[in-house]
Amino acid sequence: MNRWINEPIFMDFLNIIRVAFRALQRNKMRAALTMLGIIIGVSAVVAMVSIGQGAQAAVQAQIDSIGTNLLFVSAGAQNVGGVRSGTGDSGTNTLTVEDLDAIKREVPSVAMVTPSVTTRGQLVAGNANWNTQIQGVSEQFPDIRKWVVGSGEFFSDSDVRTAARVLVIGQTIADNLFAGGDPVGQEIRVQNLPFRVVGVMARKGQDQQGRDQDDIAFTPYSTVQNKITGSQRVQVAFVSAVSSDATYTAQDQITELLRQRHKLGTNEPNDFTVRNMSDIAEAANETNSTMTLLLACIAGVSLLVGGIGIMNIMLVSVTERTREIGIRMAIGARSSAVRSQFLIESVVLSLMGGVIGILLGVAVSLAIPKMLGWPTLISTMAIIGSAVFSAMVGIFFGYYPARKAAALDPIEALRYE
Amino acid sequence: MQAVQEIRRATPAVVDAMQIPDARPVIELEHIHKTYTMGDVQVHALRGVSLTIREGEFVAIMGASGSGKSTTMNILGCLDRPTKGSYILDGQDVSEMSKDERADIRSRKIGFVFQGFNLLSRTSALENVELPMLYAGVSSAERHARAMESLSAVGLAGREQSHPNQLSGGQQQRVAVARALVNNPALILADEPTGNLDSRTSVEVMEIFQRLNRERGITLILVTHEADIAQYAQRIVVFKDGKIRKDYQVEHQRNAAEELRSLPPIEEDEDEEEE
Repeated sequence: MNRWINEPIFMDFLNIIRVAFRALQRNKMRAALTMLGIIIGVSAVVAMVSIGQGAQAAVQAQIDSIGTNLLFVSAGAQNVGGVRSGTGDSGTNTLTVEDLDAIKREVPSVAMVTPSVTTRGQLVAGNANWNTQIQGVSEQFPDIRKWVVGSGEFFSDSDVRTAARVLVIGQTIADNLFAGGDPVGQEIRVQNLPFRVVGVMARKGQDQQGRDQDDIAFTPYSTVQNKITGSQRVQVAFVSAVSSDATYTAQDQITELLRQRHKLGTNEPNDFTVRNMSDIAEAANETNSTMTLLLACIAGVSLLVGGIGIMNIMLVSVTERTREIGIRMAIGARSSAVRSQFLIESVVLSLMGGVIGILLGVAVSLAIPKMLGWPTLISTMAIIGSAVFSAMVGIFFGYYPARKAAALDPIEALRYE
Repeated sequence: MQAVQEIRRATPAVVDAMQIPDARPVIELEHIHKTYTMGDVQVHALRGVSLTIREGEFVAIMGASGSGKSTTMNILGCLDRPTKGSYILDGQDVSEMSKDERADIRSRKIGFVFQGFNLLSRTSALENVELPMLYAGVSSAERHARAMESLSAVGLAGREQSHPNQLSGGQQQRVAVARALVNNPALILADEPTGNLDSRTSVEVMEIFQRLNRERGITLILVTHEADIAQYAQRIVVFKDGKIRKDYQVEHQRNAAEELRSLPPIEEDEDEEEE
C-alpha cells in the first residue's frame, strides 16, 4: 500500500532536477563538452531551417510582387521529342504576334498581353556607352509586371504600331549613361540608330539570384523586330489574367486557342508552353524545401552524434558512481528512482544543450542577413521541434545507462571500489 | 528462544540489563539458508539460522570472515533474500519480497551504518541525512527539520553544511548514524562501524549507539569482528560456518560514556583541523 510513496513522481520533482544539476556540476567541463554535440546539432538545425524558410519567404514575396495572375507563354515546349527542353530557344518560331493578338481578342479571362523579344545591344549616349539587355514589349508591360515608371512615361500603343525609336531605360543605365542628369528627352544610339528616351523605370534592385534588375532598356517589340534584330520571332509573352482565380482558366483557354491556331492534332504535343506564377512558385518552393530538408538532415546527424556522446558519458558516469548508487539503494531508493535520476540527468544535459543550441541558432539566424545578406526566417516549428527532439535524444540515449544503473545489485554496488 | 529464556532465568543480572524483558520481537529469523552458486560450485553461506531479536535490544554479531555474518547482515538489511526460511521484520514477512518492496522496507524500517561511512561526496552533511527521507516521500520542510534534529542528536549541530571531505572520520560516521536514524527505523544495522576509526573515536561512536539504544529504545545490530567492541552490546551472537555458534548476554556491558569521561581530554585537533 505504500508503494506509491516511493514512486519518483511523488518525490519532490524539483529536488530530482536539483540532484541532477548537482551531479552535472561536479564535472562541469565534461558536461559542457557533452552538451556541445547537442548545442551544435540544435543550432545547426535552427539556423539551416531559418535560412531555408527565409529563402522560401523571399521567393514568395518576389512572386507576390510580380502578381499571382501572371502567365508566361513561350515558344517551344519542354520535352518535345526529348530534344528541345528549353522555352523560347532559338530556332523555335512557334509564337507570333498574331497569336498574342488572338489571345488578347478571344480569351475572355485574359486582361493584358505583351510579347517579350529580347536582344543585347550597345547603348551610346554622347561619349558614354553601356552594353545592356534590350527588351521589346508592348505598352501594357508596366501594368502586367507591376513595375511603374519613375520619371517621364512609358511608350504608347501608337509607338508600338509605328515601331517608334523610343526607349524607357532602367536606373542602372540612367546612372551609367547620364551620371545624375535627367535622361528623359535625351538621345541614345542603338546600332547607330538614334532613340529618344521617354522614361526611366523606378528602381527595382536585385532579384533573388542577385542580378541587377535595373540594367535593362525597354522599347516597343515592333521596334526590336523591325529595326534592331529583323526577326519576327516572339520568344516569350507575359499575359495577365483578369484575376488570380482566373489564371488556371486562362491557362486552359490560351492552350486551347493556340493549339487551334497552330492546327495541332489531338495526339500532337504542344509546340508552346503556358506557365503560371503558382507553378513557378511551387517549383521554387520545392527546390527550397528540398534544400532545407537536406540541410536539416545533415544537422540532424550531428544531433544524433551528440546523443551518442551523452550515452557514452552517462555510461562512464554510472560506472564511476556505482558506490553512490549502492548507497542510494541501501537507504531505500527503488530501482525506478535510480533509473529516473540518471534519465533526468541525461535529459537535463540534452535539454540544456538544446536550449543553448536554440539560442545560438537564433543568434546565427539573426546574424546571417547582416553578414551574408541572405534572408532568414526563424521558424517556431524548428525551435519547438529541436527542443522536443533534444529531450527525446536525452531519453533515448539516457535510457540504457539509466537501466544499467537501476539493475545494479546494492550489495555488489556498495562493495565497488 | 528456549535457550535465551534459560539464560535469563539463570543470570538475573542480565534480566536487569534488558529494559523490556518481554518486548515484542523486531527480527524473527527461522531456519534461514543461503546458497550462492558460483559457477558450478554451490556455496552454503548460511545453513539454518534461527534468531530472534526483540525491540530495544543491542546485539553484536561476531564471527570470522566466511562465517556467514555478512550474509546474515545482508539478509537482515533486506539487501538480499534467503534461499530458504522465513524472516519476519517488525511483524512483516520480508523473505519473499520483491526488489522494490525490499527497497521500501529498507527505506522505512532499516537504518544502515557502514564501515566505510558511505556518505555521498560533495554533498553536505545535511543533504546526506535528508537522502533517506527523499526516497520515503517526506516533504521538503519536514526533511530539513528532521535532518537538523538528527544531526544534533549525534552532536553535529553546526556542521550541517560541511561536506564529508571536511569532516573527520568520526564525524563522518556520526553523519552516517544521523542518516540511519532519521526515518525512525525499527532497527539500525551497523556493519563494522568502527573498522576505520581509531580507538577513541570508536568509543565516541559506541557512546552514541548506547545512548540512542538507552534513551530512544532503538534496536541495534552491530556486526563486528572486534571482541572488545562487541562488549558494548547487551548480547553477542557468534557465527561460525554458516550457523550460530554462541548466543549469550554480555555480563559486564561496557559503558562508553563512562570510558569517555575517564579518557584524557583530546587536544582540540581533530574537529577543527580544516579551519
